[in-house]
Amino acid sequence: MQKRTFLKAVLATAVFSAGFSGLAHADVLANVQKAGVLRVAVPQDFPPFGTVGPDLKPRGYDIDVANLIGRELGVKVELIPVSSTNRIPYLTTGKADLVISSLGKNPDREKVIDFSIAYAPFFNGVFGPADSTVKGAADTAGKTLGVTRGSVEDLEFTKIAPPTVNIKRYEDNNATISAYLSGQVQLIATGNVVAAAVNERTKIRRLDTKFLIKNSPCYVGVNKGEAALLAKVNEVIAKLKKNGDLNQVSQRWLQAPLPADL
Amino acid sequence: MSYVFDFPAVFEHTDALLAGTGRTLALTAIGAVIGIALGIVGAVCRAWRLAPFDRLFAVYVELIRNTPFLVQLFFIFFGLPAIGVQMNEWQAAILAVIINLGAYSTEIIRAGIEATPKGQIEAAQSLALNRLQTFRHVVLPPALLKVWPALCSQVVIVMLGTSVCSQIAAEELTFAANFIQSRNFRAFETYFIVTAIYFLLAIGIRQLMMQIGRRLIARRP
Repeated sequence: MQKRTFLKAVLATAVFSAGFSGLAHADVLANVQKAGVLRVAVPQDFPPFGTVGPDLKPRGYDIDVANLIGRELGVKVELIPVSSTNRIPYLTTGKADLVISSLGKNPDREKVIDFSIAYAPFFNGVFGPADSTVKGAADTAGKTLGVTRGSVEDLEFTKIAPPTVNIKRYEDNNATISAYLSGQVQLIATGNVVAAAVNERTKIRRLDTKFLIKNSPCYVGVNKGEAALLAKVNEVIAKLKKNGDLNQVSQRWLQAPLPADL
Repeated sequence: MSYVFDFPAVFEHTDALLAGTGRTLALTAIGAVIGIALGIVGAVCRAWRLAPFDRLFAVYVELIRNTPFLVQLFFIFFGLPAIGVQMNEWQAAILAVIINLGAYSTEIIRAGIEATPKGQIEAAQSLALNRLQTFRHVVLPPALLKVWPALCSQVVIVMLGTSVCSQIAAEELTFAANFIQSRNFRAFETYFIVTAIYFLLAIGIRQLMMQIGRRLIARRP
């Protein structure tokens, strides 16, 4: 109960202050180009999107994207570490020009801020070895699939699972991953970030994406009424997708190529 | 407290509970029969110092009795595939139960065998019984009778311990409970019912084993 009231309060504050900040700086893009500095809110506690490196500087997928956008705009990037609860207020109160913080889109958030085109994949899916030909839920028939009991991917996959797939439900992510690595199951359903972490740490048995269960990619958050900035960010992201820079970021942090339909 | 109890939410999953109970019982039954048989072999080897098996069983008993059951299970299920021994969750669970009960019952039955009075064995020898006959008719039945209550308790402990097999997705009773709880979030109701089932199973197994002890070993009607 308390949490909900708190969230509502945060949201209300965000909506309220959005009205003011819209007035405060009418054209953020012009201001950024004049000052030569782009202030970006990035995560510091959410690997691989944003963590603090051994040199105590932020690093991760989102930080790389922030720097790439800064490069394309020809300005310096000032990184502002934020948490998942205050990343939108930082934007709406004018403390940041952009939020690049593994931000997913939903109707409530769309009332408060605008979203760019997607820049990072974030999804639950079914993963398996490269030589597996599974391409959809129907192909899992007769196969053994591991999943963490009670997780979103468990509930979602159970809905679409063919009757003959043998679902093994494990206690936690670790057991699910161990079951896959030791060959006890042929496929697992999990998040792409989890799969990336596994692929980074072990080469025993690779996890390749077979199909998506639930997709919620990440977008750059921009204040309402900043059409020029939004258009510029979209243009830059589209360019980074085309020239392969974003794919490199994906390979570096997610150990997987950027999905073609992102 | 404003919690509203909803037991019907659990009874929607009666099938899963019954299947889980059946599997827990089957796992215990297979484990108990083979485990106690293994225990008898081990006890004889150790009590009569049959080299080199007495040493082997001593190592086995110490290894199993001084490590957690869950770790033994994980080693079999997650560990052994690395050296090419692949078992499904049920094979792993059955093997783990047998190995575990085998070690404990070796020690329990050994105590019974060592408590056999020397005079009885000498009496058997003077009746020209060979070693196997002596063991079969003179040593084993009274030895088992002496330790039967302890053995019953150990089987009940093993039955309760099979609950950890849920961790390798063997769909026994605890797995059913965890599964139901992850779907309806009725933790109190689900675990209350499953606790009651385990309780009844334990009482039932103890009664059944005491009957077996009376009829088969003591040969009383």
